[in-house]
Amino acid sequence: MPKLLVENLSKSYVQEGQRLPVLDGISFAVEPGAFVAIVGPSGCGKSTLMEIICGLEPADAGTVAVDGKPVTGPGHVAYMPQEDLLFPWRRLIDNLIVPLQLKGVPRHAARQEAHRWLPFFGLDGFADAYPSQLSGGMRQRAALLRTFLTEREIIALDEPFGALDAHTRRRMQVWLADVHRQMRRTVLLITHDVDEALVLADRVVVLGPRPARVVYEADIDLPRPRDILSPAFAAYKGAVLAHLGNGEEDPSAPAVAGPPPGAMAGGRRGH
Amino acid sequence: MWSRFLPLWESGFFIQRSGKDDGLVKGPLAVVGRYLPVIGLVVALLAVWEAAVRHFAVPKYVLPAPSAIAAALHGALPVLLKVHTPVTLAEAGLGLLMALIAGIASGTVVHSSAWARRTLYPLLVVSQTVPVIVLAPLLVIWFGYGMLPKLLVVTIACFFPIAVAVVDGLDGAHRGMLKLLRSMGASGWQQFVMVKVPAAMGSLFTGLRVAATYAVMAAVIAEWIGGDAGLGVYIVRSANSFRTEQVFAGIVLVTVYSIAMFLLVGLVRRWVLPWEAHLRAAGEAVKSIPVSSAKSQERSR
Ligand SMILES: Nc1ncnc2c1ncn2[C@@H]1O[C@H](COP(=O)(O)OP(=O)(O)OP(=O)(O)O)[C@@H](O)[C@H]1O
Ligand SMILES: [Mg+2]
Repeated sequence: MPKLLVENLSKSYVQEGQRLPVLDGISFAVEPGAFVAIVGPSGCGKSTLMEIICGLEPADAGTVAVDGKPVTGPGHVAYMPQEDLLFPWRRLIDNLIVPLQLKGVPRHAARQEAHRWLPFFGLDGFADAYPSQLSGGMRQRAALLRTFLTEREIIALDEPFGALDAHTRRRMQVWLADVHRQMRRTVLLITHDVDEALVLADRVVVLGPRPARVVYEADIDLPRPRDILSPAFAAYKGAVLAHLGNGEEDPSAPAVAGPPPGAMAGGRRGH
Repeated sequence: MWSRFLPLWESGFFIQRSGKDDGLVKGPLAVVGRYLPVIGLVVALLAVWEAAVRHFAVPKYVLPAPSAIAAALHGALPVLLKVHTPVTLAEAGLGLLMALIAGIASGTVVHSSAWARRTLYPLLVVSQTVPVIVLAPLLVIWFGYGMLPKLLVVTIACFFPIAVAVVDGLDGAHRGMLKLLRSMGASGWQQFVMVKVPAAMGSLFTGLRVAATYAVMAAVIAEWIGGDAGLGVYIVRSANSFRTEQVFAGIVLVTVYSIAMFLLVGLVRRWVLPWEAHLRAAGEAVKSIPVSSAKSQERSR
């Protein structure tokens, strides 16, 4: 049984009397422990799809099922929205424990649990910093850690590295692949960076322009870590790009894998 | 929504922004340096006032010179501090506290109930158009010459800015943050406590600061109607006996206390909302609203 089954999802928004169809019959399945990337042109409805999967928005038609049970409300999926949405009034550690607190874990125990993960997420020593004192990369890693601490078997990430510069993004991708390998949770990743999707995912789902439909699906059968320069990679990329249509790939993405020496991110902000 | 704090902090009384990353420069020297122009202007105005009064030989009961006011203040200070100040400050402080409670309560109700927003909110606005000075005699008729009518005048005068600030603050909570909490399975109450309340704190303090500057003035006005002691009583008595320099002495104290209330609210704010200083220091106020979330928020301010 697939971990997550999306069947025939359709959704329209109504704005000022105008019906705006956003999703048009989307279906796909995610196997347990799989890493699935969803790519699609900007504004095609990726975030809407994610919110429906997370039970935050109702669909007009179709179903979402987790472990075979239909999703009717939130609480099944650990969701990382497009922005980091750290609470500026909470210190880092207290931002991380939000999902634990909601589950009724006492503050002290929750902090201890969150503390254990700080080094792994590259946040060691910043427990007491306010979000405004962290770099953009650190804030996204913090949001990611908060998502992991939500402790759901499915993790849904909406362009988690979208706001990062190319080098930081590469580092975070390598690191997310590690996290996925070690934690073995089912990951759903939205991105409009085709390289990112192909470097990370077992399976790529390509959406067309709004109203979004699944226009292409492929299992990425490449050894890890993936060589972005290999002909096989290029073949996958060509297929995905062909289905995405023109001009949707991020032109700023570097053609070289791995960060150059000294390209450190996540340092303290300031000059 | 954090951007709205920025102007408030820019106008913050004793926090200075430097170009550097730490953002905060404190210390008496910096403060004196900052207020030097204001102090200079005040001194110059007082000098002109003094000179004009002397030159034109204005009678003391019409317009006393600053020196005469200072002398009157000096002479009356023991009585002012021991007899009148405690009464007025107690009325202002307690009234402000009552306004705070009433403002938070009604602001929360208006925020949480669409029905209250349509009925209670307009009423609150209309109630603000009734001048306090008109209400004061009525309250005296109903509640006598004791402390209660004065407390009520202060409460009525201070309550509105607080209530509006609470409604605005709660309404302004980031939708994305609320959605995130919902995705984690948070109840409405948990969303209220974890996001809406902290999000509203800055706005609340802004309203409270405005209210605090009204409080002493409202207490003084309430005292005009009648009472045994208080700065308002002192001012009215002095006016009735044409001791104009004493009226001014009273006004000086009212001003000093109002400014003190204003500063006190600022201090409490820094103590209760320590994260605001960091937000400012990092210059992050604007950045924390990513463009991508703009579509999901319609802020009205
Ligand atoms: N709550 C809403 N009400 C009305 N229209 C909406 C709402 N949310 C999204 N839309 C519209 O639906 C469309 C799809 O939005 P969505 O955010 O899902 O796209 P996206 O693929 O995530 O875009 P991006 O690549 O910019 O993140 C857009 O045209 C957007 O304006
Ligand atoms: Mg999106």
